[in-house]
Amino acid sequence: MTQTHAQTTVPFDPKWKAIMECAALEVFEMMANVRLTVNPSPAEVPTGGQTAMVGMAGAICGMITIRCTRATALTLASLMLGEEAVSNPASARDALGELCNMVAGNFKAKISGLADACMLSVPTVIAGEDYSMDTAEPADGITIALVYEGENIWVSLVTHS
Amino acid sequence: MKKLKVLIVDDSSVMRKIVERALRQAGLDINEVAEASNGAEALAEVQKGVPDMILSDINMPVMDGLEFLKNLSSLESAKGIPVIMITTEGSEARVVEALSAGAKGYLRKPFTPEQVKERVAPLLGGGQ
Repeated sequence: MTQTHAQTTVPFDPKWKAIMECAALEVFEMMANVRLTVNPSPAEVPTGGQTAMVGMAGAICGMITIRCTRATALTLASLMLGEEAVSNPASARDALGELCNMVAGNFKAKISGLADACMLSVPTVIAGEDYSMDTAEPADGITIALVYEGENIWVSLVTHS
Repeated sequence: MKKLKVLIVDDSSVMRKIVERALRQAGLDINEVAEASNGAEALAEVQKGVPDMILSDINMPVMDGLEFLKNLSSLESAKGIPVIMITTEGSEARVVEALSAGAKGYLRKPFTPEQVKERVAPLLGGGQ
């Protein structure tokens, strides 16, 4: 006998932007002990030489990314791990991946019905700026910019609708 | 004050460092930290030397945290070691499963050193 399990889909909601801001600010404050501010009107598209990404599958399917400059990633790593992280590029890369993982987990924990219905992938980190990321259509998304010492830290969610 | 041996189990080396740092920032007097990157390695570590406490991730390759808990409970030498599970997922079901399998508590990432202390200190008895 074949059993089928219906997966309830949680539709994209533009109000998730406020939830993402809250989820990301909490993670940076708790794990790196920095209080970031939200850039209300970023004038540029996301840039930066380090991008961490975590996939989501289940009630929503998509990806959460955090993108920032390499210098910002190093500083965040040193805040999370101590100064030794500065001399170890792998630590900086992995720390950004863990931040992204926690933002994704914190974000889905704040949305009713999502915590148990959406799995996260292990984090992946891309080094370099010259790339584009495309998602199968139809897709929805939100992007926020958080400011740390004058630099934007970009947090994006793209979902496949 | 009793010096502690803690076993931290997580497939991410960065996360293991973050947990250790949070324990130290919480003011817990850690004497020795053992690390393992999955449940199977953690079982081997416990057999090498029994820690005062184990903090373990749930989602790990090879042997996940829940399987580790089940195997740990069958080790006579491990009886009574408090285990705290660490989770990012926010999944209530996984937390309930871990508590049913013998975990004494859980920490949800992100966490502050204060939250670590709140969860860990009561399980370590006197002196912390």
